Amino acid sequence: MQPKPRTLQILDLVTVLFFLAAVGMVFFYAPLEAVMGQVQRVFYFHVATAWVGMLGFLVAAIAGVAYLVKQDRKWDIVGLSAVEISLVFFFIAIVSGSIWAKPSWGTWWTWEPRLTTAAIVELVYAAYLLLRQGLEDPERRARFGAVYAILGFISVPLTFISIRLFRTIHPVVVGSGAAAFDMSPAMLQTFLFSLWTFSLVFADLLWHRIRLGRLAERVEALKLKIND
Amino acid sequence: MLLFDQGPIETTNYMILGYAVIFGVMLIYLVSLYLRRRRLKQDLQVFEEIDKKGQ
Repeated sequence: MQPKPRTLQILDLVTVLFFLAAVGMVFFYAPLEAVMGQVQRVFYFHVATAWVGMLGFLVAAIAGVAYLVKQDRKWDIVGLSAVEISLVFFFIAIVSGSIWAKPSWGTWWTWEPRLTTAAIVELVYAAYLLLRQGLEDPERRARFGAVYAILGFISVPLTFISIRLFRTIHPVVVGSGAAAFDMSPAMLQTFLFSLWTFSLVFADLLWHRIRLGRLAERVEALKLKIND
Repeated sequence: MLLFDQGPIETTNYMILGYAVIFGVMLIYLVSLYLRRRRLKQDLQVFEEIDKKGQ
């Protein structure tokens, strides 16, 4: 059993400190939004969790390519880990968005392009985990996971650009030009700090999940050896 | 104009609900990572013992 590396211990600590600072900024530094009131504070972590979701799906697609090229199982563990973390954070983004939508739009859910494509992405990657479980052979499972992660990633940029392609009630935050989401400097600082913090959270969790994956692989290999 | 005159709408409960979900789901995931790691360590110990006995 490998002990936790010193770098990971430092990353854990830095991540916790940044996370606490981000929470502090959201509740005590960012001003109250003039129309929506307190619920607008959900925006900072809502976008940050959606960002982590998309980032992880991208990492999984890259790991998929790396696996197909190098045939090294470590890339399968990276891909699986990234998808699992992203599923959790994308789920948070969908649910927190729904909670924000209720007082803003008057409904918990509407089948507009962003929400619909986000729900599809979540289902696509939930299926990835379910289908993997049905495959016993580790090599076949890794190959399937790699191809699925690459093809599944097509749904991610589609979600990102959906609010730019279609008429929708969902606000455009990044690269929005004239239809910019109006933020004061303190709001923008809190928003960017939250994005950075959640990127750190992702890196930290990914490292932990990869370690867990390696441990699972050792247990599986030993189990197969004993059964033989 | 009328909206601005009245100030922000009262949405504190939605904010609390939103952050309860955000922190709650993150906490559940962290606990699941911890529990899975603990279970795998136990499994590894058991299989290593069986493997040693078998040799």
